[in-house]
Amino acid sequence: MLKVLKYTLYDLLRSGWSWIYFGFYLLLTFSLLFLNNDVSKSVITLMNVLVVLTSLIAVVFGSMYYYNSREFIELLLGQPLKRSSIFIGQYLGVSLSLSLSLLLGLGIPFAFYGGFNTEVIPDFSMLLLAGVFQNFIFTALAYNLSLYHENRIKGFSYAILMWLFLTVLYDGLFLILLMNYSAYPLEKFSLVATLLNPVDLSRILIMLQLDISALMGYTGAVFKQFFGTGLGLFTVAAILLLWIIVPVWNLYRKGNNKDF
Amino acid sequence: MISFQNISKSFGKLQVLQRVNLNIETPGIYAILGPNGSGKTTLIKSFMGMVHPDAGDIIWQGKSVLKHWQYRENISYLPQIANFPKNVSVGELIQFIKNLRQKPSDETPFVSQFQLAPFLHKKLGNLSGGTKQKVNLLLAFMTDNPVVVLDEPTSGLDPAAMQVLKHILKSEKEKGKTILMTSHVMDFVEEISDEVVYLLEGKIHFCGTVDALKNQTQTQTIEMAIAQLIIKEHA
Repeated sequence: MLKVLKYTLYDLLRSGWSWIYFGFYLLLTFSLLFLNNDVSKSVITLMNVLVVLTSLIAVVFGSMYYYNSREFIELLLGQPLKRSSIFIGQYLGVSLSLSLSLLLGLGIPFAFYGGFNTEVIPDFSMLLLAGVFQNFIFTALAYNLSLYHENRIKGFSYAILMWLFLTVLYDGLFLILLMNYSAYPLEKFSLVATLLNPVDLSRILIMLQLDISALMGYTGAVFKQFFGTGLGLFTVAAILLLWIIVPVWNLYRKGNNKDF
Repeated sequence: MISFQNISKSFGKLQVLQRVNLNIETPGIYAILGPNGSGKTTLIKSFMGMVHPDAGDIIWQGKSVLKHWQYRENISYLPQIANFPKNVSVGELIQFIKNLRQKPSDETPFVSQFQLAPFLHKKLGNLSGGTKQKVNLLLAFMTDNPVVVLDEPTSGLDPAAMQVLKHILKSEKEKGKTILMTSHVMDFVEEISDEVVYLLEGKIHFCGTVDALKNQTQTQTIEMAIAQLIIKEHA
């Protein structure tokens, strides 16, 4: 598995797209930090970008990498390798390459700004952690969808639809429900509904850390009330981890049974 | 040596292989022929563990190969479509496959025969289709394995490269290897193979030497023989 991972990472780090993606984060963070001159505000802006954009890029990269390496996978399947090493190796390679662009693209401007001497390090680290989670979760989801669909246009469309649903439609539906049933106690429902969406979870992870109740929204407030900051952070992180483990397990299962 | 026993496979409603039985006893070059969609690729992919048969078993060296992967250490495989990661060079890909194989392998004779030396440092994304196929062939032949499985080895090759391929196949055969391949190019099959297997709609309609096929159908060339088989089947 490590060999496939290393090779995938090597292939991706040489691709122009990884560098463009890295450059984008670099430019964004530099301009936000130096123009804003307020780390907390920059972290919030970055969070909003990260939650929507990182997941989208992970979905696009994940699907494209799978479909582009479809024939190469056949060559690998002819080698003495376990199937799981091929798929999980490639998946980890893509996720790691995306995470590297993110970590360096955000981290370098932060270091230049002198952020490592301020007390916002925990907030900033939480931002990075949430971004890495987004990468690993959405690449895994995209890889799953790609494995189920031989037709690349179909697979790609489903992946984008999934992203649209989780980042935009889910919150809209959630809000409509909350408004229509506002006469009923909805704390438990909203808690569960939030746990089912990795985008909301990442947002809450950062919000809990920043402790900005005004931006937390209804679910964030309920979350904080229910769990408190410490336990809340732990719960959110654990469920985010589950959002990685379950799709990766399915990747393993489906990868073993699929005909190529 | 390789024994396909009652192999059946369907993709949805499409029955691709129907209780196929095939025994490959002695080393030599075996060509699997048949029209598009007759199940040639599915048959060899079942042996490679890339397609899981619905029923039946495949035995190699006395053991079932189904659901295993270690046996592939001793099998070389050439996929039908040569498409590799775009951002790495030919040399790096060769090193990667060598690293995966963990067996003594030597690419140098094939680099010179296919005249690939100028391309070793080029990125795979910049190569032409024919050059990619040469790299594909090199990857399949560089490791010394007793069984070589080739899916359409001639696709995209120019006449010079075809000659090289024939030469390589002959010398590999002389080393006592078993070569299992699919092909559409009848002249090539006629010249190179010891035995042909004719597959139609998922069933084996003929299995034997090229001469036996010609005798059975009373024809001069393998192409005419195959045509005869198809006509007979639809009569």
